[in-house]
Amino acid sequence: MSINLTLLIVMGVLYACGIYLILERSLTRVLLGLMLLANATNILILSTGGYAGLAPLFSKETNPETYSDPLPQALILTSIVISFAVTAFMLGIIYRTWVLARQDEIQDDLEDVRVAKTPSFDAEDDAIVPLETSEFAVTPASSADREKPDATETPNKATTQEGGSA
Amino acid sequence: MNLANLSPLAVLLPILGAALAFLLIRHHSAQRVVSIGILSATLLLECLLLISVWDGGTTSVTLGGWLPPWGVVLVVDQFSSLMLVVSTVVSLAVLIYATGQGMADGDQEAPVSIFHPTYLILVAGVSNAFLTGDLFNLYVGFEILLTASYVLMTLGGTGPRIRAGVTYVVVSVVSSVLFLIAIAMIYGATGTITMADLAIKLAELDQGTQNLLHVMLLVAFGIKAAVFPLSFWLPDSYPTAPAPVTAVFAGLLTKVGVYAMVRTETLLFPGDTLNIPLMVVALLTMVVGILGALAQSDIKRLLSFTLVSHIGYMVFGLAMSSVAGLGAAVFYVAHHITVQTSLFLVTGLIERRGGSSSIDRLGGLAKLSPLLALLFFIPAMNLAGIPPFSGFLGKLGLLQAGVELGTPLAITLVVGGVVTSLLTLLAIARVWNRAFWRKPEDAEYPDPVLKTPGNVGVLPRTMVGSTAGLVVFGVALTVFAGPLFKVADGSAGIMLDRSAYIHSVLGDSVVVPPVAQKDESQNDQTPADDARTADAK
Repeated sequence: MSINLTLLIVMGVLYACGIYLILERSLTRVLLGLMLLANATNILILSTGGYAGLAPLFSKETNPETYSDPLPQALILTSIVISFAVTAFMLGIIYRTWVLARQDEIQDDLEDVRVAKTPSFDAEDDAIVPLETSEFAVTPASSADREKPDATETPNKATTQEGGSA
Repeated sequence: MNLANLSPLAVLLPILGAALAFLLIRHHSAQRVVSIGILSATLLLECLLLISVWDGGTTSVTLGGWLPPWGVVLVVDQFSSLMLVVSTVVSLAVLIYATGQGMADGDQEAPVSIFHPTYLILVAGVSNAFLTGDLFNLYVGFEILLTASYVLMTLGGTGPRIRAGVTYVVVSVVSSVLFLIAIAMIYGATGTITMADLAIKLAELDQGTQNLLHVMLLVAFGIKAAVFPLSFWLPDSYPTAPAPVTAVFAGLLTKVGVYAMVRTETLLFPGDTLNIPLMVVALLTMVVGILGALAQSDIKRLLSFTLVSHIGYMVFGLAMSSVAGLGAAVFYVAHHITVQTSLFLVTGLIERRGGSSSIDRLGGLAKLSPLLALLFFIPAMNLAGIPPFSGFLGKLGLLQAGVELGTPLAITLVVGGVVTSLLTLLAIARVWNRAFWRKPEDAEYPDPVLKTPGNVGVLPRTMVGSTAGLVVFGVALTVFAGPLFKVADGSAGIMLDRSAYIHSVLGDSVVVPPVAQKDESQNDQTPADDARTADAK
């Protein structure tokens, strides 16, 4: 199997640019990166077919060795169609993000941010409950506990809606 | 034998159904009838396929008139047909649930007209991935189901869904590109992409190349299956989708990744070259996943983390590459698809009844809706592995296989598995205590719905019915665990032996390279393996 050096170098450059671009936060650049990755992979598949040969149309006189391998080309066609569909869908999503949020950036997950901010102190589990020595409780401690400012945060639903409408 | 020729219908029927449902886009009730009817027919067909291979046959169908090493083949064996049946049962239940939800909501939030065709395409992709005997066709199957899942994930196009959808799409596309690169490399190295042919030709490569290709495939499938270092995307993206969509994704999509890993490990790269890294990864997946679940207050996110965690059990079973371990893993996959989907469906119901899926806002549901509590309790205990249920049986099988293997790492994993199981129970008990058991007044931010007297927002019967049906199916897996374990062990034996698969695709004259021949170090390993399986009997 002979290998075309130009194809290999082009493929390497495409992969490098593609990987650089998908690490960006801008969605359009991520999309461009994904397209470059898909095309680099198509070149990779093409180069696995070996040297360029005759079109793979069967005729009795031709030596089988001189045909080019048709299978990689069939694979590339399929993968082009698939990456076309995915690109179209991504464009739709990016446009929708722009319509909703007027920005082209990947946003942080709200729930992740909330969990990350949650202090390791949990009022229900970790609060120091006053030791009850008498058999009869004097004050119900539960309602006072709940009002603690450090354990409370804005309710989930409110933040979610805020994110949605922003 | 003849019946296997019908196996392409398992893919074609849903695709035809999707086309039909798309034509009926303005007639919602006709669409419902078509999609439910088509899925039921597919289920019936797949049951017939499962019965035809129940005793351990393997049959293959050649498509398009190209003979096996070149053309695409579909292979029906115990594992693939079992996965088909379980996945279609689950998809049917979720479809009925979704139509119930659509009818109750007046089709506002989820545009059902798009939902039905897309959903059927998703089912077709899943069936294709389970049936195919060709590596590139497996990629196509993945792409079919992924593209459909992108649409379902962003259904309605609200802000949070688009945000989650972006993460999901980008990660999935990257994993697909990795898979495609692996396919290109494999084709370059061997000149074939039919899996049965690859099983023979990959063995002729030198060990370094084999390991490279092996790792590339495992990384690509690992992203799809959400195995620990590659699982970060799942809890961020699944919970925002509509409840039935999350349920079907949680049940099926990661399991397709697990299925592909099983095929890679058993058919393409048999032996135990990567077993130790796989075991380490399995342990990390179990423990990190469940620790993540404990930190969550949203039930959907909590369940997404338990989903990641329990993938670890399947990888553990796979990494043992013994009949007992693999058989238990197959059983566990079937069990987990059902249970995880029912839990997500119940969470959808909880959200409807209680107005939220956050355990800070819920309370007193056991009193408000005892049926809902029962529907949550059974699959939850099943997931945590409480004795009578199938979760316990699957875990027991895995732990026994681990103890039989006896290496220090396997014992560590056994301990890790038990700890994960207990922590799952803790996470689930937290949900139970807070959402169901305590009084609504005790909730941090109780939802007003909980305090409204009377039976407000009664749950639609279709949704409760389909959830109950799936819960009953999960219990049935427990009742019929004996025959199911027999099939799972049988399929594990066939997969580890490989010759039935290869012969059914390439003809009986092909010589199957024995695993031991592959490289010298495994010569010593195989007799020991045999002895172990003999001990197990």
